[in-house]
Amino acid sequence: MTDAVALTAAQAAAAVEAGDLDPRELFEAYRARAAADDLNAFVWVAGEAPGEPASGPLAGVPLGVKDLFCTEGVPSQAGSKILEGYRPPYTASVVARLAEAGAPLLAKTNQDEFAMGSSNENSAFGPVLNPWDRSRVPGGSSGGSAAAVAAGLVPWALGTDTGGSIRQPAALCGIVGLKPTYGAVSRFGMIAFASSLDQAGPLTRDVTDAALLFRHMTGRDPRDSTSIGLPEEVRLPSARRLDGIRLGVPDDLTGEGVEPGVMAAFEAALDRARELGATVERVALPHADYGLSAYYVLAPAEASSNLARFDGVRYGLRVEADDLLTMYTRTRHDGFGAEVKRRIMLGTYALSSGYYDAYYGRAQRVRTKIAEDFKAAFDAVDFVVTPTSPGVAFELGAKTGDPLSMYLNDYFTVPMSLAGIPAISIPCGLSEGLPVGLQLAGPAFSENRVLDAAFALEQALGFDGSGARQ
Amino acid sequence: MSDVAYEAVIGLEIHVQLSTRTKMFCGCELGFGEPPNTRTCEVCLGLPGALPVANAEAIHFGLMIGLALDCDLAPRSIFHRKNYFYPDLPKGYQISQYDEPLCRGGKLGDVRIHRVHLEEDAAKLIHLGTSGRLHGSEASIVDFNRGGTPLAEIVTEPDLRSAEDAGEWLRLLRTTLRRLGVSDVNMEEGSLRCDANISIRPAGTHELGTKTELKNMNSFRFIERGIRAEIARQEALLRAGEPVVQETLHFDPRTEAITSLRSKEEAHDYRYFPEPDLTPVGITDAMLERARAAMPELPAARAERFERELGLPADGARLLAWRTELGDYFEAALADDGDDAPEPQALANWLNELVARIETDDPAESQVQPRALASLAAMVAGKRVTQNAAKQVLDRLVAEGGDPAAIVEAEGLGAIGAGDELEPVVQQALDANPDVVAKLSAGDMKPIGVIVGHVMRETRGRADGGAVTRIVRQKLGL
Repeated sequence: MTDAVALTAAQAAAAVEAGDLDPRELFEAYRARAAADDLNAFVWVAGEAPGEPASGPLAGVPLGVKDLFCTEGVPSQAGSKILEGYRPPYTASVVARLAEAGAPLLAKTNQDEFAMGSSNENSAFGPVLNPWDRSRVPGGSSGGSAAAVAAGLVPWALGTDTGGSIRQPAALCGIVGLKPTYGAVSRFGMIAFASSLDQAGPLTRDVTDAALLFRHMTGRDPRDSTSIGLPEEVRLPSARRLDGIRLGVPDDLTGEGVEPGVMAAFEAALDRARELGATVERVALPHADYGLSAYYVLAPAEASSNLARFDGVRYGLRVEADDLLTMYTRTRHDGFGAEVKRRIMLGTYALSSGYYDAYYGRAQRVRTKIAEDFKAAFDAVDFVVTPTSPGVAFELGAKTGDPLSMYLNDYFTVPMSLAGIPAISIPCGLSEGLPVGLQLAGPAFSENRVLDAAFALEQALGFDGSGARQ
Repeated sequence: MSDVAYEAVIGLEIHVQLSTRTKMFCGCELGFGEPPNTRTCEVCLGLPGALPVANAEAIHFGLMIGLALDCDLAPRSIFHRKNYFYPDLPKGYQISQYDEPLCRGGKLGDVRIHRVHLEEDAAKLIHLGTSGRLHGSEASIVDFNRGGTPLAEIVTEPDLRSAEDAGEWLRLLRTTLRRLGVSDVNMEEGSLRCDANISIRPAGTHELGTKTELKNMNSFRFIERGIRAEIARQEALLRAGEPVVQETLHFDPRTEAITSLRSKEEAHDYRYFPEPDLTPVGITDAMLERARAAMPELPAARAERFERELGLPADGARLLAWRTELGDYFEAALADDGDDAPEPQALANWLNELVARIETDDPAESQVQPRALASLAAMVAGKRVTQNAAKQVLDRLVAEGGDPAAIVEAEGLGAIGAGDELEPVVQQALDANPDVVAKLSAGDMKPIGVIVGHVMRETRGRADGGAVTRIVRQKLGL
């Protein structure tokens, strides 16, 4: 069955459609690989193939799903001890939609607790290893999904992106990750981190797989008031050229703070884009530099409220005590990890009476400015391009003692999240033998154009990720 | 100082459970009395990942309330999260409205409305053990059936000046909401709940005193008693030279005791922020049009109509219009187009007589048909039966229903006119009271009541008092 594993998800679906591949065998091949996982990429793997063979356009190609998506009867802990033993009574809309389209659930993937982290070291289930180098992190928070796809343990996977949690691990693992426009995909059933930023998206081996999976994810969901869907059908990308396409590199991206090998791979990729007919110019995003600061006010503020429901009363962990307040504090003390507690405290402070305007109110204004910056930029260019992450995958434990240096991993990805616009990360080369990601962002709801441009570049770059699949 | 007169300044915060089909943010049907935790889903249980969706009918009801209270309806309003931990709040926050409520300003009767906003109700906590409160209970259990029920919170300006005013105004509000059909407005069942903000100040001054918030008053009687008790408590403090402390208070209707729930120092910081899971509520012209079209005649307008069209005095018109069931019964009786339609004021008086005789609030639930009351009033007006006899007929109607004319006929309660029938009875009364006759003859008319009373006794109230007096004067040559 190694043949089947060598196929991309779209190729596997086509093979099933053509009758050349039995979807049960496909499921079983991946199930066996997932069960033998030694990257700690999974927190749960299906015991057997679903009773009825999957039908639909996704043809039974199995799916890895980040732990924070609720899946009925299947553990869904968002990487946290506080949800110990929790099996939801319902399934997240996007997972249900994909199952209907023929992508059955194969495994739940490891993640940073409540999606808070950039290295997957904040998981109650322990860190995930990067298949390119097992001493290194896969990125986060969708680290399990990224590592599993890169290592060929699942054909494709769902992640969520709040400030870079799909794009950064995709970059560090040498795969493709798409963060859609805010509202393109239903959030119903996604255990929330920061509601105004969270978006589900695909982590895949290539751009075509990302387009195919995203096509069946997007859509308005009456159960999520903030979901809109896309105004057009998602097309499978086909562009080979970038003639007339204007790529904008942010003014302040000078290479400072970016690893030289990453900058070199990024610039080489821009050269290939020029060869395909694109022009590359500088573009001003005057407020993007404040993105990280605003993000680390807004996201923790929303998180402090979203995580209030984990109080030991109804589900998950409860540490018994003689009175209510002690039960609350002991449960939350034992159930949440250090990073989650740090962000709850930050967020609680930012929302406190007397501080709201100085922190939350101000951060919202910065957010508006950044969205306006992008609007203006897209008058001048078609896409904004950056390295996805300032560095390649770092050693496990290298940044755990320094939250600020960890937060800097999101420097290039956070502005797009704040602006709510789509952005994709594709592998664009290697630095010291580790993958480098290129981020390409477009205006709201421009996913088709983003995917097309990313596809053209991907074809020209010819990145080979097979080294991570043993 | 001790003889300073104080006046109370009272504002009310009223929570009204809206009688929509489903809850505020999910599709669960509202329930009362179902087995615990049977009207729940992932949304109203606050399960991880669940998201709220605002109930369009609740917004429609909110607009109707805004129109009824003459508020400014916001073209755009937003929901906020009010964050605090409590076991009856499954998400750790209540979705409410904060600085952009659905309705602002307004007026009902003489009381200005500050704002009206929408929010979700908390679940119901049941504390096991003797205290009946969280503190000191052995265990507490939660029923989430109520959790997520749509609430409209109506906040008044501090325009009320006494417990009685507050009670009366609250009755007007209740009737208004009942007429709108947006709520069951039943205080005992908790679909209408009221907190009062109370302060006092020397009469005639304008500066507001320190206020306290009195909670947990679940009947009209308790509200008036609670407010009265709190005013008395504040007065006693001030007279003793002690300050009123700003705090939230609990009124125990059983013991009349007022105890502190928390002081300003312990006040919650609710960390309000805009609910990111919901989009702003935009009020379209179509929504406004629909709300306007759904508006019934409201009590204030009805009272005015009773005054204008039927010539009722203002007090009497209010009395009928502010209690929907009385107004409805009154209009039903008035609409009776029998041979002689009753005169409105007389009918209103007879309705009062009826209400005094029945146990239920709603006369329509009594044995007395509106048509019967109308016909009784008409018979009195036509002097076919006297006031006194009619009261006896009404007693019979209350006891067993039926047709008043038939009762009069069967019981022989028809009025005895001035003619031959009455004369011998009057003569008999004069004969039996020679001392009275002497006084009357001397020009002292005061004791004539004795004669009238005697005649009434003999005729079982069927005689007309005026006729008796006339006959007496005639006979004695006065």
